[in-house]
Amino acid sequence: MNRVKRGKVVRYNRWGYIFLIPFFAVYVVFQLIPLCSTIYNSFFENYRSGLTQIGPNFVGLGNYQKLLSNGDIWQYFKNTMIMWIMGFVPQILVSLLLGAWFSDPSLRLKGQRFFKTVIYLPNLIMASAFSMLFFTLFADTGPVNSILIQTGVISKAYKFMSHIWSTRTLVAFMNFIMWFGNTTILLMAGMLGIDSSLYEAAQVDGATATQIFYRITLPLLRPILIYVMVTSLIGGLQMFDVPQILTNGTGDPGRSSMTLIMFLNKHLYSKNYGMGGALSVLLFIITGVLSLIVFKFSGDSGKDQIPRRRRHD
Amino acid sequence: MNRKWFALALSAVMVSGLAACGGSAAPAASTAPAAESTKTESTAAESTAAVESAAPESEVTVEGTTSTLNIYCWNEEFKTRLEDHYPGYEKIDATHGKIGDVAVSFNITPNTDNAYQNNLDTTLLNMDSAPADSKIDMFLVEADYALKYVDTEYTMNVKDLGITDEDISKQYKYTQDIVTDSNGNLKGLSWQGCPGVLIYSRDVAKDVFGTDDPEAVQEYVKDWDTFAATADTLKEKGYQVMSSVNDSYRVFSNNVSGKWVQDGKIVVDPSIVNWVEDSKALVDKEETGTHALWSDDWNKGFYPDGKVFCYFGPAWMIDFSMAADTEGSIANAGGWAATVGPQGFFWGGTWICAAKDTDNADLIKDIMLKLTTDDEIMTDIVKQDNDFVNNKPVMEAMAQDETYGDAVLGGQNALAMFCEGADKIDLSNLSSYDQGCNEEFQNAMKNYFEGGMSYEEALDLFYKAVVEKYPELTY
Repeated sequence: MNRVKRGKVVRYNRWGYIFLIPFFAVYVVFQLIPLCSTIYNSFFENYRSGLTQIGPNFVGLGNYQKLLSNGDIWQYFKNTMIMWIMGFVPQILVSLLLGAWFSDPSLRLKGQRFFKTVIYLPNLIMASAFSMLFFTLFADTGPVNSILIQTGVISKAYKFMSHIWSTRTLVAFMNFIMWFGNTTILLMAGMLGIDSSLYEAAQVDGATATQIFYRITLPLLRPILIYVMVTSLIGGLQMFDVPQILTNGTGDPGRSSMTLIMFLNKHLYSKNYGMGGALSVLLFIITGVLSLIVFKFSGDSGKDQIPRRRRHD
Repeated sequence: MNRKWFALALSAVMVSGLAACGGSAAPAASTAPAAESTKTESTAAESTAAVESAAPESEVTVEGTTSTLNIYCWNEEFKTRLEDHYPGYEKIDATHGKIGDVAVSFNITPNTDNAYQNNLDTTLLNMDSAPADSKIDMFLVEADYALKYVDTEYTMNVKDLGITDEDISKQYKYTQDIVTDSNGNLKGLSWQGCPGVLIYSRDVAKDVFGTDDPEAVQEYVKDWDTFAATADTLKEKGYQVMSSVNDSYRVFSNNVSGKWVQDGKIVVDPSIVNWVEDSKALVDKEETGTHALWSDDWNKGFYPDGKVFCYFGPAWMIDFSMAADTEGSIANAGGWAATVGPQGFFWGGTWICAAKDTDNADLIKDIMLKLTTDDEIMTDIVKQDNDFVNNKPVMEAMAQDETYGDAVLGGQNALAMFCEGADKIDLSNLSSYDQGCNEEFQNAMKNYFEGGMSYEEALDLFYKAVVEKYPELTY
């Protein structure tokens, strides 16, 4: 009896493995092999000049040395982080506010579904199309400038794409518009998952709405907040389509809005797998380190406040 | 047990399917070209259809044909020339046609973000493994990057097609110089010549100078100093002298004294430095803009509200690019006129190249001969499309023809001007790096013109961008 049962368990396990094969196959083919070959490629000089292939010649750490020696990569990293933070801060604030409103039953908001859909809509538009739209709107002779001139706010066209901070603000603003709906829905899900008896208890004890928000909602929301933060950080580091299209691939003015991935894209003109690979590996390391920092930082301090029950899920 | 094997078989099929997909993709690069192609798709919806359909459909045999002629190009220009002027061409749909018993298939990939060349490179490099009917037979190139293709074994020698020197003796010499490789072999032919002129708005000229007569206006733009003084006059009346500083870039860059790249080093020519100085002065006085060519801001000058005095361009620009079909544009009303301008230059042009190992060499030869040497067909092209064709006697005859006039130019016959320009074009300073260098130089200098950077910083940015594109260069 016992033996038969164990046999069945083993066989079920085997089924489990078989059904995992597709996932692993996809992972190996589309993630692991490209990852390894990227690292491998990064040690070679390998590009195309016109139709002539140059390399691959082994150059050791030459590509890394070239990338790190002129310091441009840190400038692009800085640009990426600045634009991400400029978009992320308002995004998380607005999302928290909206999430709190939407999940508060005592407010009895009307048309909730409608607004939830509407705030999510910008995310459904392709980023490049969205960027193209802003490019046209904020062009030197575009509609925004003509409105501003006609209403007398400014006397001559403001060149949005020619000033460092207006360009960065536009990029950040687009990222904000595109992603705050998504974040709101995530945070709202987290807030709805909080036991409502906690709120009731707090109300009975005479806590104000502000106190409830800071003392109950925020601490219990921490796991979701960390998740939002990490995914947004990774997405932010990979920022590409919005600034690429807004600045026509130049990262102007003076490459102050060039992100790391745009820089990577520059190397693909000459099919420069070596430099591209080295840059990708560096990006991989940066992303890993930053994610670890965020995770560690927010995970440790929250140890006591997060109820044991929630930390398991 | 049966069920188990069934499930195993299913998962095996799934895995092998995935593996097959993954195997053919170049691993590290697979993500980025995909991103690029999405962008192309978004910019030119109509051509996407062409790109997508090209691969499978080129294998589809059109009824009654024995082989397929695959043509790679980046816009509709050549296609319309072939449709309208090649005898015996039957149009089937937007990208397909038929000549006799040969099916013609166009693969149109827009130039944006280098997509056309990326596509062409891949196709040419994989040519050996492609089946005969989907093999590339013919492709078009532009002057800026012609050498990149001409100087390889992928393009066929025109002589090997059976075209003799005598056949092409009436063409302008410069159109052949561009597509002659380093061993002196001619590798392509063009039906058009692209000498440029200064195209100005008649209304603005009348308003400011009191005349729109080309010879009188020429006095106001005869050299760069006069041009700058004229810009001041125009400013007082509220007009911009050009739409963008990049308009005059070609005029300076065609009159350089040396190549962009000399012995592997990037060299900025004095003539280009002059462009920077002149342009900076114009921008500082707010007499012109800094936007990129072909941008929406640049196009504004095609309409009266844009208040732009002139553009620099060749014949194809007048007819093909200045919104002549749009109601309300200056071109539509015939409001432009042409004059020689401060300096002669050329811009663009399209060359027909035959790919090596084509299975339709005879047809390519005939297309080349008909479109680039046949007097009658070329005269038709001038009359119908106002193109400047690559045939000296035809152009000189047309220049004398008083019945001919370009509607966009208000009936002016500017061909004599073009003829004169075409004779003077000197292309000894062309290099295969021109496209990248020209683009990046304009991009970088924009920062200097707008005041965000000093000239040295902008120059540094330019070097950086060029080395990214061509890693073998130094500065």
